[in-house]
Amino acid sequence: MSVNRREFLKYAGLTCIGIGVGGAQLFVTRAKAFSGYTPTNYGLKAKRWAMVIDLRKFEHEEDYKKVIEACHSIHNVPDFGNPKDEIKWIWTEDFEHSFPYQMNHYVPKEVEEKPVLLLCNHCEHAPCTRVCPTKATFKRPDGITAQDYHRCIGCRFCMAACPYGARSFNWRDPRPYIKHINPEFPTRMPGVVEKCNFCVERIETGKKPACVEASEGKMLFGDLADPESEIRRYLDEHFSIRRKPHLGTQPAVFYIIGGE
Amino acid sequence: MLEKALQGGKRYWTLIFILLGLAGAGFFTYLYQLKEGLGITGMSRDVSWGFYVSQFTFLVGVAASAVMLVIPYYLHNYKKFSKIVILGEFLAVSAVTMCLLFIFVDMGQPMRIFNVILHPTPNSILFWDAIVLNGYLLLNIIIGWNTLQADLKEVPPPKWVKPLIYLSIPWAVSIHTVTAFIYAGLPGRDFWLTAIMAARFLASAFAGGPALLIILAMIIRKYTKFDPGREPIQAVAKIVTYAMVANFFFILLELFTALYSNIPGHILPFKYLFFGIDGHMKLVPLMWLSIFLAIFAIALLVWPPTRRNETTLLFACIIAFISLWIDKGFGLVIGGFVPNPFERVFEYWPTLPELIITIGVYAVGFLVLTVLYKVAISVREQQLS
Repeated sequence: MSVNRREFLKYAGLTCIGIGVGGAQLFVTRAKAFSGYTPTNYGLKAKRWAMVIDLRKFEHEEDYKKVIEACHSIHNVPDFGNPKDEIKWIWTEDFEHSFPYQMNHYVPKEVEEKPVLLLCNHCEHAPCTRVCPTKATFKRPDGITAQDYHRCIGCRFCMAACPYGARSFNWRDPRPYIKHINPEFPTRMPGVVEKCNFCVERIETGKKPACVEASEGKMLFGDLADPESEIRRYLDEHFSIRRKPHLGTQPAVFYIIGGE
Repeated sequence: MLEKALQGGKRYWTLIFILLGLAGAGFFTYLYQLKEGLGITGMSRDVSWGFYVSQFTFLVGVAASAVMLVIPYYLHNYKKFSKIVILGEFLAVSAVTMCLLFIFVDMGQPMRIFNVILHPTPNSILFWDAIVLNGYLLLNIIIGWNTLQADLKEVPPPKWVKPLIYLSIPWAVSIHTVTAFIYAGLPGRDFWLTAIMAARFLASAFAGGPALLIILAMIIRKYTKFDPGREPIQAVAKIVTYAMVANFFFILLELFTALYSNIPGHILPFKYLFFGIDGHMKLVPLMWLSIFLAIFAIALLVWPPTRRNETTLLFACIIAFISLWIDKGFGLVIGGFVPNPFERVFEYWPTLPELIITIGVYAVGFLVLTVLYKVAISVREQQLS
């Protein structure tokens, strides 16, 4: 069977239209499927989630360990055992290096020697979301700085931008290095950036972040925009500091280091 | 016109095959990186950009430098550049090709590269960098190819090329300005947080790129029948001289602000680069080498007899290029990450696979350059006969 030029163009045109219509239909059904999700009515709500870490209440090494373990185990954070490939969502650092701009030589010994818990600050003006070329990291309306592991291209611009060293990159396949995989939370593939997510997946189900729960009152979590919230009252009564406030990022993690 | 790239002597094909071999080695090592992840490089949680991004930054400068030939020729009607402008434009094509490849090999998830277009994000400087770099690549291919073809046919270039040439001038400035903005707008990286970054980038670009052009022009003169000419080379040498001095001046400005203000965050990266911190001093010898080579090169370039003597000029250009490469192709990026945001020192050094991939990308760039220069030189040789 020979096909002349005219017929070829006709069939080619029809095929293109067919593919176009089919594609459009697929798109519409998929869009419908996505919009089909409705938020749960038992999730926690806030205008601006924030955290208070009362370091005075952390006394033993065990207190820190419990908190870190709670986070890293449910979020499938791998343990590579070397600082080069290290991935961490919440960790400890000494006072001097946690607050390099607030160090003086005459800090009380118990403060100087006390480890500080560090995690993503979920900044109001987050430099990481500003620089991301694909919106893989973005601000949620509730103030959480979220990370989409499936959109991230692994350019690591966010890691250069973060003034708090809060972000980790999957330099290698993390899966073999996860002790017990939690099937409730995604594991990551090599080549993407990750960090603390303020436990969005728990907030949606009405639970506070895992670290806050494990801290047994040493850490508070609540709505910074609500003057009546527990953490706002706590901040009214206690003097708090934040990391590198001079950068204008407005961190949402507050530290109470001393006083009554 | 491209067929001229297929008609070469034994030396030409040897060069092509050597470059192909190096590019192949880089490609296979890249496949290994693709399989294992970027963990095979020296990069870490603390120094999250390394050799690839450094080379990208440096080569953007080489690309932008084409404008140093375009401005005198097209804006000031400096006729002596008429034969060599094409060398600048094709060098730009080759350099931008390498820039794009370096960005590509640095990505953790390269299959998702089109997310940058699928989810355009104007507040990200990388988005703009992708636009200006691709635009500049296209501009130089179109301009270079059309003007060369016109030369071959001994007719003036088509009229529509002129506006593109004028556009390419601010565009060249834009590629290096936008690249500087990648660094200069980040809070918390004090080493990069400096308003003079873009100006310094341009100064070092206008020194390094033209220095490379002089080296290439002398190679061309030696191995082909096309002589770029003594006078154009001397004119480019003056450009290198001014830009080298400007760049060195800008570095001194950086040092003044950091040291006189006495702000630790601004001093520490310089301290790390030039003296080391707590015994961490992997970059110290390189950084001092860069400074000494820069001073030596400036001395040779500023003193007229050594600038006019082509042997010393060539030497000055080589050491200037090495000095600028160390400064921008290594120290600039690493200095931004050391010390880290906790003011702790975690050092970086490239690994062997990382170096092979880097050499592979350079080989691809020089392959593009060789082919394009072969075409350009063949046209010039034909004009002579």
